[in-house]
Amino acid sequence: MIELNHISKAYKEGAVKALADITLCVNEGELFGLIGPDGSGKTSLFQLITTLRLADIGSASVNGLDVVKDYAAIRAIIGYMPGKFSLYQDLTVKENLTFFCSIFRTTIQASQGLINDIYVQLKPFEHRLAGQLSGGMKQKLALCCALIHKPKVLFLDEPTTGVDAVSRREFWEMLKRLNASGITIMVSTAYMDEAIQCKRIGLIQSGKLLSTDTPEGIINSFPDPLFAIRSEDIRKLLKDLRAYGKTKSCYASGEYLHATFLNDNPSEEVFALLQKLGHHSIEIKKSTPTVEDSFIQLMKS
Amino acid sequence: MNAVIKADRLTKQFGDFVAVDHISFEINPGEIFGFLGANGAGKTTAMRMLCGLSRPSSGRAEVAGFDAARYPEEIKKHIGYMSQRFSLYGDLTVAENIRFFGGVYGLGRRQIKEKSNELIARLQLQKEAGQLVRSLPLGWKQRLAFSIAILHDPKIVFLDEPTGGVDPLSRKQFWDLIYETADKGITIFVTTHYLDEAEYCDRLSIMVDGRIDVLGSPGELKAKFKVETMEDVFYLFARRAKNTE
Amino acid sequence: MDRLLNFIKKEFLQVFRDRKSLLMLIGLPVVQIVLFGFALTNEIKNAKIVVVDFAKDIGSQQIITKLASSGYFQIKKTLMNHDQIEAAFKEGNVKLAIVFPDHFYEELLHLHSARIEVLADASDPNTATTLVNYITSIINDYDGQLLPSADVPYQITPEIRMLYNPDLKGAPNFVPGVMAMVLLLICVMMTSISIVREKELGTMEVLLVSPVRPIMVIVSKMIPYLVISLVDLASILLLSVYALGLPIRGSIVLLFAISFVFIITALSLGLLISTVTSSQESAMTLSMLSMMLPTTILGGYMFPIENMPVPLQLLSNVVPARWYYIIIKAVMLKGLGFSYIWKETLILSGMAIFFLVVSLRNFKPRLE
Repeated sequence: MIELNHISKAYKEGAVKALADITLCVNEGELFGLIGPDGSGKTSLFQLITTLRLADIGSASVNGLDVVKDYAAIRAIIGYMPGKFSLYQDLTVKENLTFFCSIFRTTIQASQGLINDIYVQLKPFEHRLAGQLSGGMKQKLALCCALIHKPKVLFLDEPTTGVDAVSRREFWEMLKRLNASGITIMVSTAYMDEAIQCKRIGLIQSGKLLSTDTPEGIINSFPDPLFAIRSEDIRKLLKDLRAYGKTKSCYASGEYLHATFLNDNPSEEVFALLQKLGHHSIEIKKSTPTVEDSFIQLMKS
Repeated sequence: MNAVIKADRLTKQFGDFVAVDHISFEINPGEIFGFLGANGAGKTTAMRMLCGLSRPSSGRAEVAGFDAARYPEEIKKHIGYMSQRFSLYGDLTVAENIRFFGGVYGLGRRQIKEKSNELIARLQLQKEAGQLVRSLPLGWKQRLAFSIAILHDPKIVFLDEPTGGVDPLSRKQFWDLIYETADKGITIFVTTHYLDEAEYCDRLSIMVDGRIDVLGSPGELKAKFKVETMEDVFYLFARRAKNTE
Repeated sequence: MDRLLNFIKKEFLQVFRDRKSLLMLIGLPVVQIVLFGFALTNEIKNAKIVVVDFAKDIGSQQIITKLASSGYFQIKKTLMNHDQIEAAFKEGNVKLAIVFPDHFYEELLHLHSARIEVLADASDPNTATTLVNYITSIINDYDGQLLPSADVPYQITPEIRMLYNPDLKGAPNFVPGVMAMVLLLICVMMTSISIVREKELGTMEVLLVSPVRPIMVIVSKMIPYLVISLVDLASILLLSVYALGLPIRGSIVLLFAISFVFIITALSLGLLISTVTSSQESAMTLSMLSMMLPTTILGGYMFPIENMPVPLQLLSNVVPARWYYIIIKAVMLKGLGFSYIWKETLILSGMAIFFLVVSLRNFKPRLE
């Protein structure tokens, strides 16, 4: 459905390299996540695929249509939600929806099936100016407007940034339902925990694609066994483990520390060491790496 | 231990709307305190009162020993502040930013020089000291902003969503800095949307509709509500909010 | 005190690093001094005048020579009779006409007094007054020189008629100027800001990636401002007629038609500006610098174009408002019909089409 071949793009006459040799494939009906921090190139990539910018090198296509030559045809079958909230803040919810309906030559009734779930949440705020909605509501409205013409492919650029955890969760529920109805969705995010909700993900950093795979696949390719360790004094634990000669990496991850070591079975040694250093309630267990662990690992290499 | 921040039924009202509803808590020196809540729950308003930027409608807040309503200017001398938008000047160099803020905090020229060298060495920005801040990667800007916020060794530093949009490695490195700072005895008051960061805090509170509905250490809260992660705790409470619209 | 210096130092650093503002802060005053000091002046030189000499005697010849060599006047034509005078004024360039009556010199010598008719184009009352003053002083000079030892002074009395604006009201001069400025302000600045705002907000991206053709976005931006400017135009005209007492001597239809062409030009310029700027601030600044400033200085209603150094005169040919101003004055004040202004209208229309084509070409369906 979406294909990118050796895409490269730089801004300011080559000084700022936004994308470096990106090759990527998204299959029809997939929910694909582009995971990476700010400045990693997610937005540039989206703008390229949605035909808003041209690449310096490489080619890209959506549904077999070339982004350079067939841009008008592509624009007719995709929906796009850019990064910042980009609807009219000085129009009401209803006015925004009506406007976008008219652009796509449809009506709210006609697109009912797709947007209903979201629309019922918005309906109480029909007459409120879009600028006065909360962050979560704004994103839902924007999603509605992007879906109105029943696109084949939906592009969402960081739709949950700055939105609270509860709204984020609800938003992803909506995305999954939409995906289930057959729409191919490509969504970017800086939140690692949203990655597991996708069928496949691409990890991007500084314009380079570090890895593309299912979340499980990425986790499985984590090179070393990962250990989750905790004790009563986490901060002392962090210092002590980092000072330990055989520690490969160690950082905080939630209530545990995630650490890798030079040998594959360090548990006993580490336990003894920590006891000697005066730690209490020591817990060491083998742990499945998360997408975040994999990302950090890939970044370091 | 003498609490470094004391809030006693702190309230802020805008006309009929109660943004902050009689919140009370105490924070001890050297603590890392997480201040959580959905957008619109009242976090920012509460923080502004604690920083001396906004006057309480009723109730009391004592920060670094000073009453927030009567001596806001004194408070500002003893606190540091960093917001997500980083509060650094993009069109000045790293060194110029340090020098400027050092002057703002009232540090003498020699002090500024000393601290500047310390800071640059700590963050390993020797090569970048003469570069404009806007050309630095996001993660470095964050750490620089934080270091500058504590340049004058304040008692407390307020961090307003400091780690937005950064790669996970930078986030870890940022929290390393926070830990170091807390170890030195500086109190950290941080708001965040990342619930894994909630785990890094010594204690935290969750604001809902202007009230503090939850207060305690991550371990205590998870045990109390019989859930696995802080996200679950958050989900239990923030869901009930009426004011998010 | 230290703190104050600290802040000041920072501000200076930031100012010097902002190239664009620096250009304005330092460059603009220099440009203004040069322009106002050297190029722009209210003095009048080489004003085109016509002479009707019924006398054809020493007196008239001497005065005509004096006028021609004064540097203030340039005698464009010598006419045969009064009727030709009106035609000469209508052609547009003539500012003043002098008529010497029959037996002028004879009368002067024998009666020690004579009369000269002076007709001035008072649609620009300031210019007219200045020119009349020049004539009066030259004639007085001549009076004095004639026979200095005479006991009864010679006196030539100029009979002055101010044409088109006998009361010397300022309005006829500045109303067309205001019209041009208002239309420019609305159409150039507001259009460019409106389009750039969409770009800034991000809604432009959403519109571009939709089936809507870009031309529709452009047209929908222009039409409200077109309508509003026509309404504003109507109110200006109403106010001029009823509040300022300024008559509209020519065809109102023609007035609106020309204004329409001018509006199209202005809208296209607004569109052009929006394609080269990316923030509302710079759109506004560019509109000001590229539209308002040249129009005010080179438009012809504050400083006579004929008195500017040649390079500026050439430059003023490119300013659309200059042509609009000429046409509007001709139609409103002199009541002239299309046959007199077809040349200027052609130029204005040419500009409208040119800018429209260029700006449409420049509008890209992508973000860059």
